[in-house]
Amino acid sequence: MELAMAMVVPGLMLGVSLWGLARKVDLWGALTDGAGEGLKVCVGIAPALICLLTAVYMLRASGALELLGEVLEPALTAVGIPPETVGLLLVRPVSGSAALGVGAELMAAYGPDSPVGRTAAVMLGSTETTFYTVAVYFGAAKIARTRYAIPAALCADLVGFLAAGWAVRLLFG
Amino acid sequence: MAMAVIWTVMVGAAILCGLATGRADAVAAAALEGAGAGVELCLSMAGALCLWMGVMEVMRRGGLARGLSRLLRPVLGRLYPDFAREGEVMDAVSANVSANLLGLGNAATPLGLEAARRMARRSPGVASDSLCMLVVCNTASIQLIPATVASLRAAAGCQTPFDILPAVWLTSALSVTAGILAAKLLARVWR
Repeated sequence: MELAMAMVVPGLMLGVSLWGLARKVDLWGALTDGAGEGLKVCVGIAPALICLLTAVYMLRASGALELLGEVLEPALTAVGIPPETVGLLLVRPVSGSAALGVGAELMAAYGPDSPVGRTAAVMLGSTETTFYTVAVYFGAAKIARTRYAIPAALCADLVGFLAAGWAVRLLFG
Repeated sequence: MAMAVIWTVMVGAAILCGLATGRADAVAAAALEGAGAGVELCLSMAGALCLWMGVMEVMRRGGLARGLSRLLRPVLGRLYPDFAREGEVMDAVSANVSANLLGLGNAATPLGLEAARRMARRSPGVASDSLCMLVVCNTASIQLIPATVASLRAAAGCQTPFDILPAVWLTSALSVTAGILAAKLLARVWR
């Protein structure tokens, strides 16, 4: 199982490349163009990441997150979410890069293979920046009355957070 | 706007808390430390992100993305019954979903916006049920390979950054299902 999981990614790389060659895609050009886009994404999220990590580090150093975590801890523990992830829960629907920053911090502090680190990673991988998406879509479509879109989207987020805690406990014991 | 408030509240709360707990020095030092950590994080993520965007681009040019679209049409027709017969809308939605599945956020957003603009022509200014569904589906993540998170885990020293994949798939499926159910349910009561 572990070997299979480890081979998914290299296998996908080779498989996609062979498919591309078979379809006469300019393989090298496509790879490097995509990589260039990746660099642009990095540059694009860097300013927000730098500013937000500054604030996150300040909050951590001040002890405010532990305080908030203590307040919410009974509720989070009751539903099976590690209380350490409280900062991630709060920031995830609002800013993707900030959530990445908080997630990276959790992984550095607790280790990427700890229950907290894994739950944080699953939360990041299975939810989106809800408010940003809503703003962009309704802005582009010039919608003023958004009706039930935001409550329904937050419902998906909430279930995602609950399921992340549950799935990590289920699959990693 | 939202981020301005969040940033100010975070910094304000940090200073107040720092003063109250006698850690004001640590808070001041942490500000500069955090800024540096932001740069380091970007650099440590860059490699994996670039590699994956490259592989995704090969998938797109090789027509794998279009094949996925054709595969998705039957499911999407049910999610967007009002537009099931409008080829252009459904094309855009299918492309948006496949780009989301492949984790191509940058490609997914313009495609989704194209679909949203076309949907909005029928009911200007008001979000129709289909448009609400489109937004809900795009606020729930459905990517098959969360490359950014995996690169984040690798940057944190994880040897098997992809071992969370089954957990991510399970969680994504539950979260998207909850969003779709909530949207379908609210569509009946919310006028």
